[in-house]
Amino acid sequence: MIEREEMPYDVVIVGGGPAGLATAIRLKQVDPALSVCVLEKGSEIGAHILSGATIDPKALDELLPTWREDGCPLAETPVTDNWHWHLTKKKKFGLPHLVMPPFMSNEGNYTGSLGNLCRWLAEQAEALEIEIFPGFPAAEILYDESGAVIGVQTGDMGVDREGNPKADFQPGMNLLGKYTVFCEGARGHLTKRLKARYDLEADCQPQIYGIGIKELWDIPADKHVPGRVIHTQGWPMSETDSWGGGFLYHQANNQVALGFVTALDYKNPYVYPFEEFQRWKQHPDIRAILEGGKRVAYGARAINEGGWQSVPMLVFPGGVLAGCSAGFVNVPRIKGTHTAMKSGMLAAEAMAAAINAGRAQDTLGEYDTAVRESWIAKELKLVQNAEPMVAKWGGEIGTVLAGADMWLRTLFGFGLAKPMKHHTDASTLQRADLYQPIAYPKPDGVISFDRLTSVSYSFTNHEEDQPVHLKLKDASVPTAINLPFYAGPEARYCPAGVYEFVDPDGAGAKLQINAQNCVHCKTCDIKDPTQNIEWVTPEGGGGPNYPNM
Amino acid sequence: MKILVPVKRVIDYNVKPRVKADGTGVDLANVKMSMNPFDEIAVEEAIRIKEAGKAEEIVAVSVGPAKAQDTLRTALAMGADRAILIETDTEVEPLAVAKILKAIVAEENPGLVILGKQAIDDDSNQTGQMLAALLGRPQGTFASKVEIDGDHVAVTREVDGGLETVKLALPAIVTTDLRLNEPRYASLPNIMKAKKKQLDVKTAADYGVDIAPRLKTLKVSEPPVRVAGVKVADVDALVTKLKELGVA
Repeated sequence: MIEREEMPYDVVIVGGGPAGLATAIRLKQVDPALSVCVLEKGSEIGAHILSGATIDPKALDELLPTWREDGCPLAETPVTDNWHWHLTKKKKFGLPHLVMPPFMSNEGNYTGSLGNLCRWLAEQAEALEIEIFPGFPAAEILYDESGAVIGVQTGDMGVDREGNPKADFQPGMNLLGKYTVFCEGARGHLTKRLKARYDLEADCQPQIYGIGIKELWDIPADKHVPGRVIHTQGWPMSETDSWGGGFLYHQANNQVALGFVTALDYKNPYVYPFEEFQRWKQHPDIRAILEGGKRVAYGARAINEGGWQSVPMLVFPGGVLAGCSAGFVNVPRIKGTHTAMKSGMLAAEAMAAAINAGRAQDTLGEYDTAVRESWIAKELKLVQNAEPMVAKWGGEIGTVLAGADMWLRTLFGFGLAKPMKHHTDASTLQRADLYQPIAYPKPDGVISFDRLTSVSYSFTNHEEDQPVHLKLKDASVPTAINLPFYAGPEARYCPAGVYEFVDPDGAGAKLQINAQNCVHCKTCDIKDPTQNIEWVTPEGGGGPNYPNM
Repeated sequence: MKILVPVKRVIDYNVKPRVKADGTGVDLANVKMSMNPFDEIAVEEAIRIKEAGKAEEIVAVSVGPAKAQDTLRTALAMGADRAILIETDTEVEPLAVAKILKAIVAEENPGLVILGKQAIDDDSNQTGQMLAALLGRPQGTFASKVEIDGDHVAVTREVDGGLETVKLALPAIVTTDLRLNEPRYASLPNIMKAKKKQLDVKTAADYGVDIAPRLKTLKVSEPPVRVAGVKVADVDALVTKLKELGVA
């Protein structure tokens, strides 16, 4: 038995993203006497944060109303100019704003780095004496005899590849909370366990996801229009009967943030999200913006796309889910920061009241109710059929139907259809023999790049001598099922080239897992057809080191 | 004996440095910063000397922006006893750092100053040597082994083509090389405890040291991009090609 030190807190928060930091700040605003800690697996706050981002400041206005005057970097670039393009291979068609429901407008929003917003939030949190521990992931959930969550255990440090302690071994520590908040982002590894243990998805649809791949570019000043945001749909996803879309935001300092989200419910196993992004950049209208510029960063992260019908039960004995652990992304608006932060604030208010009433480690039903009565629910219900309609009827017809559904809900409070159902992304993949391999263009090294070069721009690193953090439940599945039936989809859907089928001695292909490359996007855990891959947290401080992402 | 460990906050070794568009320096906005790896080795060595009962107190010191407090907290979490930050927002050159350290040595009177042989940002490799010269004390640079023996320290140095061992009378200055040790992790309980350890913030003016830069940076640029190679069919083609390029 390893001896572990313990530290009690009023509230333990897992994850230093917008939801976790908003939770922490709100707790201290309500009651400065509460002891609060935030665990973050990244080497620093913001290191694992990747988003577009064009952010609706609604929650920030409620949490820290003077943020614009207090040096928050998000205030630098208000959205000035909002475009929506439907792309064909060579052309674009601007969609008029009049056909879009009013909430799709980006007026009053800001474009910037979510990582930098988190860095600023962390400074505000530390000024309130919130203890933030970057480099320390929550590796295990701690329960009491009654089955209630009582805290988390941080990961052990200094364990070798076979799982033995090395000379510099440091055991993880038990952090105990009257309540524990899980805001790990989309597909958190502990959230996944909690959903199963407490059957939190019993009354909702399964969560579904997209994989967003993003780059940051310096572009020539004469092409830069600070505050211009562009979204695209149509090509290239139209070529593979899948859906997804691109974004390109002109942010501060002559930089553009651009990226491409591929919905992970794609059927064709040859779909290669990284290559979809690379060829999207070669579209004449996107290429024109990037030419003469230089890529400075790369990264990827899964995003929730399930919408309101996939929001699980948010509470269980001793803990709550907040932010993308629960899944409050408004899919057509591609925004979830404001809802994530608001959920954290509602959780904080419920927890502070409960702790002051002498309660601990019980089920905070009032938080679940508060979310369902808040503007989060109101906003997400308006758009709840947008994603399923596009998924069911395809990009063009689906968009028209989704638009009509959103208009009806906005104007009359009812839609074209009842809340529609989802299927898990793992279940939608079809056999490779039903499809032809897709010929993606080769990178030109100027606008489009190969995957391994790209990964080096995520600045990811993991201590080499540690257990592989991508666990196979059954080591034979990759070569017995994934390769023969699905043409090894993990070799394509991973944006970091972690999975490689190799055949060094000609004795048959083997799956090689390059865990050091992992950027913690969670796509493998989501899309593996037999759900054989399990993402667990590696040693603290490992993973990407995103600047300004 | 007291040990003084100067540490520097530098761009993290995992980060690919990016030159600012105007060529005035490396862009550090929102880039991950951490303790210079060679200084981390110095902190580790100081802790090991203390753990071996040959030192009583370890004082970490840094010269840099307010954020360098995070770097000092890391040193405290690893095992340093207290810390001093000389806060400045201007870039400080090795000579200025050495002068500040000289003043701190006069105040603290450490038996050993141990620091990284160089910082991975400017790669100057000067501070330790300059400090030894200013103090008129012996120096053991590029240490791969440090043994305290009474009032002397034996330092094994990594030199071209082998190892050299020098014996210095204490007090002395030692600079660390990569193979000296593997620094420990700062554990979470120790990070929590480190928040309560003493950290004094001072300025160069408190020590009467002028830190105005003596050097002027003319231009910072990225290394040239490597051009792709060409494949040749056979040895003859290779020789022809080499001759064409004037290298054979």
